[in-house]
Amino acid sequence: MTTDAATQTWTQRLANPTRFMALSGQILPWLTIAAIAVVLYGLYLTFFVAPPDYQQGETVKIMFIHVPSAWLAMMGYLMIAISSFGLLVFRHPLADVSAKSAAPIGAAFTLLALITGSLWGKPMWGTYWVWDARLTSVLILFFLYLGLMALRSSLEDETLAAKQTAVLGLAGVVILPIIKFSVDWWNTLHQPASVVKIDGPAIHSSILVPLVVNAVGFSLLFFALHMKAMRNEVLRRRVKALRMAEVEQAARGRDTSSATAG
Amino acid sequence: MELGPHAAFIWASYAAVAIVLLALAAWLLWDGRRQRQLLEDLEARGVRRRPQR
Amino acid sequence: MSGFLTLLKRDLLLALREGGALGTALGFYLIVVTLMPLGLGPDLNLLTRIAPGILWVALLLAALLSLPRLFEADHDDGSLDVLALGHMPLELVAASKALAHWISTGIPLALMAPILGILLNLEARAYPLVIATMLAGTPAISFLGAIGAALTLKTRRGGLLLALLVLPFYVPTLIFGITSISAALLSPAGFQASFLILTAISLVSLVLGPVAAAAALRQHMQ
Repeated sequence: MTTDAATQTWTQRLANPTRFMALSGQILPWLTIAAIAVVLYGLYLTFFVAPPDYQQGETVKIMFIHVPSAWLAMMGYLMIAISSFGLLVFRHPLADVSAKSAAPIGAAFTLLALITGSLWGKPMWGTYWVWDARLTSVLILFFLYLGLMALRSSLEDETLAAKQTAVLGLAGVVILPIIKFSVDWWNTLHQPASVVKIDGPAIHSSILVPLVVNAVGFSLLFFALHMKAMRNEVLRRRVKALRMAEVEQAARGRDTSSATAG
Repeated sequence: MELGPHAAFIWASYAAVAIVLLALAAWLLWDGRRQRQLLEDLEARGVRRRPQR
Repeated sequence: MSGFLTLLKRDLLLALREGGALGTALGFYLIVVTLMPLGLGPDLNLLTRIAPGILWVALLLAALLSLPRLFEADHDDGSLDVLALGHMPLELVAASKALAHWISTGIPLALMAPILGILLNLEARAYPLVIATMLAGTPAISFLGAIGAALTLKTRRGGLLLALLVLPFYVPTLIFGITSISAALLSPAGFQASFLILTAISLVSLVLGPVAAAAALRQHMQ
């Protein structure tokens, strides 16, 4: 097993859940520490260093968490999509664990992107919700996350649930760009030029640095949460397998004891 | 630290992020501890997986 | 190809003989459209302005109502398993079922829309536009809906789940259906671009729908 490890790719090596547990057990504490440290440094930069934006004033501070949340909302879906592909095409044993664990975390970041976005919109646009292209497409992304979780929870057979969710996840990837593009197009027809963009080419470094630090920090946090969720899921499956084994043992024990008695 | 006229919105959004992420982390920690506990209980009772697995 | 046509003919005959599904969908369409003025008030100018939107949204909901039955009957009586064992690819089976759904539900709903337009004081020049966009857009509803119907085949509370899964996928069709109507009412030139995109979305769904639905059906068979 150890001799052919050199010829395997890292995804193949991780296919063994025991090896994944050992490796992630070593990585996770450091990842968590790194995530917390970078997030705290980002918060320090946000509240004590970054100057108010000349256009948005102090509300630019909301952007420092809104933009990473929105970015991670999309990355979470990308992760589900890659995992779904890994499950359906390569039958990778950990792919479904990854897809299942990423869904609630991605949904949480999508929700945060929506909440912080509307809290930014109220002082800037004068309303909590605008049917703006970005808001609308993030809302639809949120529905897709809900759909993935609902579909999984409604199928009792876990293997079937994993595969069906993967099919939906991949179909969602195909349709997401179309939805995004249609929403953009729909919005420009109805209310042009209402989108205040923070990501212009001329973004000042005093704003950009805290933004990047926060993005890195929250990404590390995402990976740490995802890894922890995956470890929980592996344990959950072990518990389930052991319970099944226990029931089988009990059944077999009864059979043999009744056979010897009779 | 002076956050200007919209301080409430800034605090609210940071509070939302803190609440959601802390709740998520707390749930994951609780869930992990519970699964490990269940696993230990099963192993203590001598349950083994079938050899062919 | 002959297998495809036979299956299509069979499904259409079944839909025709049963009749109930179409009646329910049309009745639901009528009810939703009737409820709108009651909720919004009888202001005819307002209704004229939002009539295309109401007709489109109500059409989506009505079509959604009949989607759970797409594979259900064939799955319950085992004919889906027989079809899966046959030499026809499952993608074609799914395509034929979706096409049958479009012919038996999508087209009648699209043709009923102008009649309901009278209730909403739809502009006279909008009638052909509503029919044209709905005929061009409803294939996407049937073919994308087939994905959801296949995924939720064995689920508890399938109908509600189907709506949650499928409605996000309908967003592009709804948006371009509405924008091509409103663009055409503003200037005839604006119609073509939106309408072509609407048709393109339907064509994409013609490919994506059967492929994904067949993938989902295969997981049930295993």
